[in-house]
Amino acid sequence: MVMRQRAHGGRLIDRVMSPADRERFLAEAADLPTFEVDGTMAQDLANIAHGVYSPLEGFMVRDDFLSILDHNRTVKDVPWTIPIVLDLQPEVLPDLSPGDRLAFTYQGKPMAALDIDDIYGFDADEYASTVFDTTDGSHPGVAKVRSMGDRLVGGPIMLADEMPSPFPDYTLWPIETRVLFKEKGWRTIVAFQTRNPPHLGHEYVQKAARTVTDGLYINPSIGKKKKGDFTDDVIIHTYQELIENYYLRDRAVMGLLQAEMKYGGPKEAILHAIMRKNFGCTHFIVGRDHAGVGDFYTPFAAQDIFSEFPDLGIVPLFFKSFFYCKRCGSIANEKICPHEGEDIVNFSGSKIRGRLVEGLPPGEDMMRPEVSRIILDADTPFVE
Amino acid sequence: MGKLVTLMGDEKKFTSVSIPVPLFKKVEERIRGTGFTSVSSYVTYVLREIIAEEEKQEDDDKQPFSKEDEERVKDRLRALGYID
Repeated sequence: MVMRQRAHGGRLIDRVMSPADRERFLAEAADLPTFEVDGTMAQDLANIAHGVYSPLEGFMVRDDFLSILDHNRTVKDVPWTIPIVLDLQPEVLPDLSPGDRLAFTYQGKPMAALDIDDIYGFDADEYASTVFDTTDGSHPGVAKVRSMGDRLVGGPIMLADEMPSPFPDYTLWPIETRVLFKEKGWRTIVAFQTRNPPHLGHEYVQKAARTVTDGLYINPSIGKKKKGDFTDDVIIHTYQELIENYYLRDRAVMGLLQAEMKYGGPKEAILHAIMRKNFGCTHFIVGRDHAGVGDFYTPFAAQDIFSEFPDLGIVPLFFKSFFYCKRCGSIANEKICPHEGEDIVNFSGSKIRGRLVEGLPPGEDMMRPEVSRIILDADTPFVE
Repeated sequence: MGKLVTLMGDEKKFTSVSIPVPLFKKVEERIRGTGFTSVSSYVTYVLREIIAEEEKQEDDDKQPFSKEDEERVKDRLRALGYID
């Protein structure tokens, strides 16, 4: 029997217009108030429409927004930690009111419709301190909140067209991953969120998790990142190479998550788990400093938060860290290896990055040579 | 049916339910020294856990997509090389 993962909130959302509705919308769009969205917002619209954010059917209204800030739950008691909102400056669309329909455009072309239910103000510092646990403007999430327009517009959306994916062969929506997992006969699927090319520590975390599940879904986040992060192109190509050479082909697949990193640490770890649940995954890997930035969060805060959500509906798999043990002569972790000190070589992300920045491979006890080569050969391996 | 109690404004609604006093005391004892700050928070946690498990069981046989959708998706997955 194939076990089905329940969509978050109970129903996989589909807010994509039928061909007839799309035609009608494109015909009426010229007469509607319009709002031009950037690539990040266009991704969010597609994520809502295709159920990545199930049970959300649109941008959050005030009641859900406040409920999430206060309780980490929607008004219907569904776990949710980071509001998905649309912000506007009041002067941008001064005449909008609940009941109006707004057309979103992307690069000038109508993309989606929003039926406005609510327009409301919010306190940026309250938002930042609740979601990011800080109001320090050097935190990228806080900086983003402070740059938002001071009115939020909530209501359901319908998607007419989506922006082209830069990586169409790896763009899978929840209905597609669910059919894929079913076709492969996987009952249990572990998801791995990443925003970096894989080093050996990542590989062994994934393989350890895979040994207790039927399949591995590698799901890199692509989209807007901060300066110095690895580029999407490098992340995807290094994983292609790793899967090709070192994974069981019938047990590991890669698809992309097109969403902006929010660097929300523990709160974002919950959101990441929810999105993977909607893709049909039953397990989710949470490692050290998941979705963190700088030293804003303690190393395992993103693991601790899961104990607050007994009804999340996806099993978190916690790992501290893998390392190379010289005495064991193998990759190990603190649960199976008794050695310490100089016997241990940690997979330090900053050390690996430092070598790569200098144009040097990090060493085969840190990173597969195929992976290093792709990064070193790339024209722009880091976001500039 | 519990009584609706509004705390700190309209948005934050809680309701009270009755449990036997011995059970209340037992829970009080059990949560001492744990992260639970009250019997209510413990009961809420346990109920959410149980309901989520029951909903999962109920949904096991449900498909979130039609047969036609499934065939269309399979065609795309084949074209991309995800399935044979």
